[in-house]
Amino acid sequence: MSDPNPVLTMTAISKFFPGVRALDGVDLRLFPGEVHALMGENGAGKSTLIKVLTGVYGHDAGSITLDGEPVAFSGPMQATEAGVSTVYQEVNLCPNLSVAENIFIGRQPRRLGAVRWRDMRRRASAVLARLNLDLDVGELLGSQSLAVQQMVAIARAVDVQARVLILDEPTSSLDADEVKQLMRIMRQLRDEGIAIVFVTHFLDQVYEIADRITVLRNGRLVGEYPTAELPQLALVEKMIGKELDALERLDEAAGRDLAAVEAGTPVVEATDLGKSGSVEPFSLTIHRGEVVGMAGLLGSGRTEAARLFFGADRADRGQLAVDGRPVTIRGPVAAIEHDIAFCSENRRTEGLVGELSVRENIILALQAARGWLRPVPRRRQDELVRRYIDALSIRPNDPEMPVRNLSGGNQQKVVLARWLITEPRLLILDEPTRGIDVGAKAEIQRLVVQLSDGGMAVLFISAELDEVLRLSHKVAVMRDRQLVTELANDDDLDADRVMRVIAGGAEQKDGTRHE
Amino acid sequence: MSSWRTRLPAVTGHRLFWPVVVLILLLAANAIYRPSFLAVEMKNGHLYGSLVDIVRLSAPLILVALGMTLVIATGGIDLSVGSVVAVSGAVACLHISQQPDQNSLGSVLVALAMAFGVSLLLGLWNGTLVAVIGIQPIIATLILMVAGRGLAQLITSGQIITINSDPYRMIGVGHVLTLPFAIVLALAVTLLVAVLTRRTALGMIVEAVGGNAEASRLAGIRARRIKLLAYVVSAACAAVAGFMMTANVSSADGNAAGLWVELDAILAVVIGGTSLAGGRFYLGGTVVGALLIQTLTTSVYAMNIDPQTALLFKAMVVIAVCLVQAPAFRAKFRRRRAMTAGPAAPTGEQRKEQVAA
Repeated sequence: MSDPNPVLTMTAISKFFPGVRALDGVDLRLFPGEVHALMGENGAGKSTLIKVLTGVYGHDAGSITLDGEPVAFSGPMQATEAGVSTVYQEVNLCPNLSVAENIFIGRQPRRLGAVRWRDMRRRASAVLARLNLDLDVGELLGSQSLAVQQMVAIARAVDVQARVLILDEPTSSLDADEVKQLMRIMRQLRDEGIAIVFVTHFLDQVYEIADRITVLRNGRLVGEYPTAELPQLALVEKMIGKELDALERLDEAAGRDLAAVEAGTPVVEATDLGKSGSVEPFSLTIHRGEVVGMAGLLGSGRTEAARLFFGADRADRGQLAVDGRPVTIRGPVAAIEHDIAFCSENRRTEGLVGELSVRENIILALQAARGWLRPVPRRRQDELVRRYIDALSIRPNDPEMPVRNLSGGNQQKVVLARWLITEPRLLILDEPTRGIDVGAKAEIQRLVVQLSDGGMAVLFISAELDEVLRLSHKVAVMRDRQLVTELANDDDLDADRVMRVIAGGAEQKDGTRHE
Repeated sequence: MSSWRTRLPAVTGHRLFWPVVVLILLLAANAIYRPSFLAVEMKNGHLYGSLVDIVRLSAPLILVALGMTLVIATGGIDLSVGSVVAVSGAVACLHISQQPDQNSLGSVLVALAMAFGVSLLLGLWNGTLVAVIGIQPIIATLILMVAGRGLAQLITSGQIITINSDPYRMIGVGHVLTLPFAIVLALAVTLLVAVLTRRTALGMIVEAVGGNAEASRLAGIRARRIKLLAYVVSAACAAVAGFMMTANVSSADGNAAGLWVELDAILAVVIGGTSLAGGRFYLGGTVVGALLIQTLTTSVYAMNIDPQTALLFKAMVVIAVCLVQAPAFRAKFRRRRAMTAGPAAPTGEQRKEQVAA
């Protein structure tokens, strides 16, 4: 921040999409050697602003300067060459290529036109060493965990002679250790004089590392503030534009009485349910009106366990009972017949059909259950879709808009709506609030409480212990692909205690992390 | 004034605008070359004329392309349709040729049923390879594309089977209610497919499977079954096209019947606006695409274009259609125009209004 001249400025940027005003006169200034947090709710325009900056999108108005010279990048390649590198929210690498190839793709070291493979591997190892990553760079990227893939993406961005590094939600899939590692790298790069744009939903991380904060709301600039002068509460208020007590109010509403629901009827019982190579046999009962939280580290088997309930993967041992009767769930079709619904953690690849409209996406599961010969009458579709767009406040509220045009939080609500209209008795939510903003998060949490009060059984999976504790009657803790224990969510249970259970085998786990 | 201004972009931006424009230009060129081209006359209660001929000749391609549309919408492709055309024609003609009375309606119907059944089996084979075993569609259907030709040759013993059956010829050159029977049949199948996909939920489900197969599976769609069905429908359409083509010439040639029709069909689908990546499909677009390709073929012959350059000419028109349809190409063109004509202001305004509404 010692240098008074910004390395990069964006002035009065506007960008329109069909039916959506994504950006409206937004400014952004970046100084060398700073970490600049770009904050805003989902759909506030953060990702769009970054894509405009890196030339993925053109802009309809405004100007961009780099070192005082006006620039307009025609694409990410050109931006990278000029020193503006980006690591996107969703890892944009090629899983079918090796780690080294991914780092050097498009700029492989060559001699006489031939790629110098050995040189490439050596340099790739060196780049990763700088990030304290010890990987076999010849292995396929796809065989690595999502977190490692993310680090490789960062390594790739850093290796280019970057002056501006944009990290779009780099931490959303990393565990605590990896986040620390990333922060260390960010500080190192900042001290080298790189300007870092940091987009995240984790407020703690912002206050740990950011020097300044730019806040966007509904595609407009709210303001630019030094981090020290903007308390956390004020930041949240600026992001959502209203007093935020929704989350606090939720706490009071949640009178989670475990004994009462346990006394009720079990909806689904898993007995020694498991799948070899995926999740060890576990037993878990979910009652009517009960919210079971599932906690554990990334890769601890949370998702894998949930998928067995829904038949997304087929269990090869154990037994599942619905309403006390043993059932065989061969696939999602069978699970849906038993009124089980599953919102995948992976909205884009496992949830939505991006090309189809909001209406079609919402109606999909209901229609599939009826079979294609019995279409849901159009009037009933419109009625249902309208009701859920209103109830979940999906924005923009145009049922015929392709769902890929919606922001992450709204897409999540569309997936939720899809399952709610099937009136499930067990709703499995895998990371329903990941990568979505505070406002939408509160809405979804409130919805979970509401639904369970109405008698729905909910399996709620989240990496955020706060929300697991806020919503659950009991917490099932996963570690190393085993369900290690169930904790009643009484007054004694707090995040620290759950953390200790999760970390129970941390020492042994560390050595085998990169297997 | 303002109504055509707001409507004009809606018309020119429609995905069928350019294919229809090219179709009209081709017809106009034909009409200039030979003024009688557009004339349609009534003879013996039947309609005759070049335009009618074009539609009649495009009937088999329309059929094949309709089935192809569904397959492509699921994210697949069916290269075997040409071979299915040959097999279905061969089976039908072989059965008729073995009858003592080739004009017996009963035996013609039996022949049609047999050929249709065999074709359904071939479609089931394709569908099984793709949807159950999981072979990539282009490879799975390539197998039958090659093997099907051999099968057709086997059925015809490598000969051209010539038949003399009036009921069968009817399929290719007969008339119903003043119209050529082939046109009526193509129209009927088009309507059937349209009703099957758009009056039920099949169309949306096919689009969901093609758009995101895993998400569809997790939404409870039996994606495999839908894919299998698409290949069966495709083979069924190809079978009917096979009847038309062989009935046209009253003979079955295992080698030549339906040769390269798969490529024309894929072209028709793409010109019609359906993406090869799967997802949204447009049956009306496919029909326009098929008509465009047949008009092109007919024009090449009618204008006495040198046969050696005919294919090149066809390719150039197809490239032109694909280019003007491509969003990237159009955007480039528009940007250049905008630069010379000043900012294209109203678009932003319109979009804002949309948001407000």
